[in-house]
Amino acid sequence: MSSRPDTPASPAAAEPDGQPAGTTAGTGPGTTAGGATAEGASTEGGRGGRVRWSVWAQRYGALAALAALFVYNAIATPYFLTPQSLLFILLRQAAPIAIVAVGMAIVIGTGGIDLSVGSVMAIAGQVGAVLVLGGQPALLAVLAALLVAALCGLFNGTLVARFGVQPIIATLILFIAGRGIAQLITGGELQPLSNPDFQWIGLARPLGVPAQVIIAVVVAVVAWLVMRLTVYGRYVLAVGGNETASRLAGLPAARVKLLAYVTSGVLAGLVGLIAVSATSASDANNTGVGMELDAIAAVAVAGTPLTGGKVTIPGAVVGAVLLKLLQNTLISKGVTKEVAQIVTGAVIVLALWLQRQDTP
Amino acid sequence: MTTVDTPAGTSTGRRVQVGLLLQRQGALIALVVLVVFGVLRYGERFATGFNLSSFTGDTAKYGLVALGMTFVIMTGGIDLSVGSVVALGGVVGVGVSEYGLLPGLLAGTAAGAAVGVVNGLLITRLRLQPFIVTLATLLAVRGLALTLAGTRAAVAAPGGFQSLGSWSLLGLPVAAWAMFLAFLVGAAVLHYTPWGRQVLAIGGNVDAARLMGLPVARTTFSVYVLSGALAGCAGVFLGSQNGSVDTAAGQGWELTAIAAVVVGGTLLTGGVGSVLSSLVGVLLLQLIFNLIVFENGRGAVTISSFWESVIRGAFLLVVVLLQVRLVRRRGEAGRPA
Repeated sequence: MSSRPDTPASPAAAEPDGQPAGTTAGTGPGTTAGGATAEGASTEGGRGGRVRWSVWAQRYGALAALAALFVYNAIATPYFLTPQSLLFILLRQAAPIAIVAVGMAIVIGTGGIDLSVGSVMAIAGQVGAVLVLGGQPALLAVLAALLVAALCGLFNGTLVARFGVQPIIATLILFIAGRGIAQLITGGELQPLSNPDFQWIGLARPLGVPAQVIIAVVVAVVAWLVMRLTVYGRYVLAVGGNETASRLAGLPAARVKLLAYVTSGVLAGLVGLIAVSATSASDANNTGVGMELDAIAAVAVAGTPLTGGKVTIPGAVVGAVLLKLLQNTLISKGVTKEVAQIVTGAVIVLALWLQRQDTP
Repeated sequence: MTTVDTPAGTSTGRRVQVGLLLQRQGALIALVVLVVFGVLRYGERFATGFNLSSFTGDTAKYGLVALGMTFVIMTGGIDLSVGSVVALGGVVGVGVSEYGLLPGLLAGTAAGAAVGVVNGLLITRLRLQPFIVTLATLLAVRGLALTLAGTRAAVAAPGGFQSLGSWSLLGLPVAAWAMFLAFLVGAAVLHYTPWGRQVLAIGGNVDAARLMGLPVARTTFSVYVLSGALAGCAGVFLGSQNGSVDTAAGQGWELTAIAAVVVGGTLLTGGVGSVLSSLVGVLLLQLIFNLIVFENGRGAVTISSFWESVIRGAFLLVVVLLQVRLVRRRGEAGRPA
């Protein structure tokens, strides 16, 4: 395929118009040129000596911004530092985005993208709701919904890994068709839910903490450990860094990618169940609309290049909380939701510029 | 590799030829087949001038967006912001609607072009990835459009501005003629001007294009401005035809435009593509919707409108799988895909 120029030689020559995200081409010098090992190493502590500003900004920029915003709110926003506000507004709102962003981060790490997460959320939410409304036990409904979500991921992954379809197009198919499928499941009608067992993940608050926050933390920690400690985590970096090289080195590149899309699908399905439970209604038309953008923005704002070869799970979570806190801050200061959206767009661009990896 | 076994020699060449034809003209063949199917099944009601004119007039705005997207994708980039730009162009156009249609078109197109300038500068000057830049402008421009409209549907002043929907020429709406003209000009520009060749050269191999001394940054910049301007213009079409632009206007259009471009056979990796095929892709995807309406009109079976997106998705799947096979076969025949 022509989409693999692999241009490590001339740093000046390789930019500006990178391939659409998802192709494995080495766009930014430094991002993928050295392949996976270099990327892996650069995520470990600074390579001795002075940590340069750009490196620092890239690694901790989002976290620093989050901390600054947090401190500002602690001073300027009344009742911000109450558990009620932090747990039930900020974290509860950020948790679904964070969960989807974790799956997205892994997919992006393999050099792909998953546009279908919003539609998969809708499908899984509808499957779960319909089964529960049909009198099935809650656990069965949840498992069936997650299974369907996994199949959606399998569909995406098969197209990408086996047929070599570009990720953006492969997942666009389910993005378009999935919404219709979800609407067909329930006939597009809103159906009220009241099943405390099923709605546990959306409404329960064990130990005073919203269940979805706990789920988000568990998902993030497990994913972080998997990416950090297991062979699979290394394989993702290798495949995303340089797929050809990793395949020649004998890595099961296709299976690595397949599993990434299945993971993303299952996590999206989980969030779909959370969304349906939290609103106490199955709404195929609106569940998960725009989620793919939120999740991609969360991953990108934390400095993860969309070209692949790098995964920071904490970054995805920080990005999700940061964007949510930014919006909430603006809205609490009387800025309209729409202007907050403009600012969010500007912040994403600013973050990318500060964290851009081709700074010499 | 588990691809199809290719018999050696000339028969491979023949199959490649057939494959190339399918890739180049597959969408056109499917379009003709569907039109014939529609005429046979729904008879005169489908083939009436009224259906033809309302269909093409309605499709025009999607066509303009897909045209801009085609050029962007041919450079190897992507423009996700077009849906929001449609909303912005519509709101701006409606905002000056009391002065008539032409000022509205100019203002809406200019607003879209301005977004394109921002996209282009961020991509060429700051060297950020097109995907994420246009994702950010997707968010920001939607916010801007909603702010300008006061988070309500923007309603056009009665009179001249809304005349686009009623104007027609030789039985087709003016909007449809505008779309066809735009695509013809686009195809001519791609084939016969240095700028058109540069677009393809950059998409084919950006390093080679730069080493040959082509103005890579300028050309890349200009395709995003073009895409923004066309999307803004499409927004004015929308406002003029409907008389208003609601808050959800243009949502998801970027993805249907990409789908149309891909169905038309333009490769997302850039460097390969045809402008007129994108027109066929747009018509094809819209025709599916039109046929569903007619099928429901017969009353025998009712296909809910939810099937529309499922069928479009399935269609995209078939096209993509077909393309993959063809590209692989071309690769095996010794020509790099």
